[in-house]
Amino acid sequence: MSLLKIVDLHKKYGNLEVLKGVSFTLEQGETKVVIGPSGTGKSTLLRCINRLSPPGAGEVWLDGVEVTDSKANINELRAEMGFVFQSFNLFSHLTALRNVRIGPIKVKGMNKDAATKLAMEELERVGLTDKVNAYPAQLSGGQQQRVSIARALAMSPKLILFDEPTSALDPELIGEVLTVMINLAKEGMTMLVVTHEMGFARAVADEIIFMENGVIVEQGTPSQMFSNPQHKRTGEFLHKINELYGESD
Amino acid sequence: MLLAGVRINIELLFALLVLGLLVGTLVALLQVYGGRFFGTLASGYAWIFRSIPAIVLLFLFYFGPSEFGVNIPPFFAAALALGLRSSAYQSQIFRGALQAIPHGQMMAARSMGMSRTRAIFLIVIPQAFRISIAGWSNEFSSVVKDTTLAYVVGLNEVLRKVRIITDRHYDLAMLAYLTVALIFLVLTYAGNWSLGRLEKRLQIPGLQMMRGGTREV
Amino acid sequence: MAFDWAWLPLLAHGLILTIEITVTCIAFGFVLGVILALMRVYGGKWLSIPASIYIQIFRGTPLLVQLLMVYYGLPSWGISLSAFVSGVLALGLNTAAYQAEYLRGAIQAVKSGQLLAARSMGMTMPQAARYVVLPQAFRIVIPSWSNELILMLKYSSIVFSVTLLDLMGVGKRIASHNFRYFEVYVVVALFYLALVFIITQLLRLLEKKVHIPGLGEHAES
Repeated sequence: MSLLKIVDLHKKYGNLEVLKGVSFTLEQGETKVVIGPSGTGKSTLLRCINRLSPPGAGEVWLDGVEVTDSKANINELRAEMGFVFQSFNLFSHLTALRNVRIGPIKVKGMNKDAATKLAMEELERVGLTDKVNAYPAQLSGGQQQRVSIARALAMSPKLILFDEPTSALDPELIGEVLTVMINLAKEGMTMLVVTHEMGFARAVADEIIFMENGVIVEQGTPSQMFSNPQHKRTGEFLHKINELYGESD
Repeated sequence: MLLAGVRINIELLFALLVLGLLVGTLVALLQVYGGRFFGTLASGYAWIFRSIPAIVLLFLFYFGPSEFGVNIPPFFAAALALGLRSSAYQSQIFRGALQAIPHGQMMAARSMGMSRTRAIFLIVIPQAFRISIAGWSNEFSSVVKDTTLAYVVGLNEVLRKVRIITDRHYDLAMLAYLTVALIFLVLTYAGNWSLGRLEKRLQIPGLQMMRGGTREV
Repeated sequence: MAFDWAWLPLLAHGLILTIEITVTCIAFGFVLGVILALMRVYGGKWLSIPASIYIQIFRGTPLLVQLLMVYYGLPSWGISLSAFVSGVLALGLNTAAYQAEYLRGAIQAVKSGQLLAARSMGMTMPQAARYVVLPQAFRIVIPSWSNELILMLKYSSIVFSVTLLDLMGVGKRIASHNFRYFEVYVVVALFYLALVFIITQLLRLLEKKVHIPGLGEHAES
């Protein structure tokens, strides 16, 4: 049974149909990268998966439980999915440490000491032990995003959704975040990542999904997609992206 | 009968707003352009008249002079007390507006040979006036309701009328107060609406100020 | 024209009552204000509209009318409240409406991403409001709230009109006994000025103390 199953997802904003029937699966331990031109519904897709944006039609299944069921306990399900935002969205009034441990304490009911220990571990995992008592405003963009990843990890999620995690970062800060993400993938975390970073995709993606105009145009392994794309558009897009963003490790 | 009382409230409203406008503008100009001495004096004036409760001011202006044998009629005492108080609040609004006008405006005016005074009156004040309207309508709402305070110095305004009614018909008290409340709701809305229209009519594209959220400053 | 030192202890008593009334009505107003603000922002139609109506009514009608209505009007409907309760109630209901509006503005100033992040990790709406939105909103609202506190301190003086012996009430009594209106009211005014000054400084200290770097109306992107 797949960890994540998306079945024929549709989503409209007013008269504009942003998702026109998207289906795919994600197995445990896999890392899949979603690419495509802006405005093709990639972010919307992620937000539909954890129902931050309710889908118009279609189903989302997490480990055998239907997320899109109106009777589902959405808070429990969300606690099992990590979400990393493009604009980080760290809680501005809490230090890094408190940001990471508030989820385990308030949502999972962990006791404070255990949660603090866990939070310290996760912050160490992303390389920020020396910034645990800093407030978000005192951290660089790259540091904030790493805290936000630690925050997602602290919930021990079954998978993590990444919504263009590096798009809001200055170029020199992108590397530190990608490094953390690559390590996560190698450690076996299940990840669904929307990004333009082709270097990342080539390094750890099990599959690349190319979306345009609300539908999946093509999906395949990185080597397939880059060297032998089936669709003309895929090749064009990959070529353009490679030009703009180049390789990054 | 209540409406006759309301008429007095409205007359008081106009009197005090005009006084507040004139003195307030003067104080604001002194604060921004008056140099250290007059600026501090103006700021001090504004602080004092904003920090003393309206009631205390009313009593001071009405009863105070009587100790020296001077009897000021309630209307004038109230207009003076509330007017000067309003001038303090209005001065803060105008000051904010004056300071919001980019310094470049003044520089351009002076560069073409205008004296400082002319630049202020021809360039800065007209713009400041327009951006003040939003904040001024906050003051307006506040002051409309404050006219009822003149009741305590015996002015024959609407609350005194209510007293007269309730003295005779005790059981109508609640109803009378509700009616007065309703009248003021209408007054406040009418006033705000008119000021909103005025603001739109006078609006210059590109010239705006952040609307203040606080009731008074 | 002379000032009598004997007035001071009397005025001091009045001062204490003034402070009591102000603190009580502000506290009451705060609790009610938070409830109203939450109703306005997070309640559906059925909660936010009544809250809005309440706020419009209490902000749109004069405070003195509200006070007299509670003290003189309610008895005609069979409800008789003591002067102190009437005063605190009327002032409290009034300030609640203003505080609700300031708080609403503050809640809406908290960036929406904060709420998204909280919900994404599985927090319920009440949890998100309590642990993420409100802590930030309370800090953002401090300037407006301080303003309201000072305002209520001054407006508390109207309770003299329902027989309460607050600072103003005491002053009026002294003045009507010895007809030295001018001196008495000047002293009363000075008391209020001192009070306003001290409380303003205290509030500034408070604001500094709970300040969090990066949190405020001038928050970046």
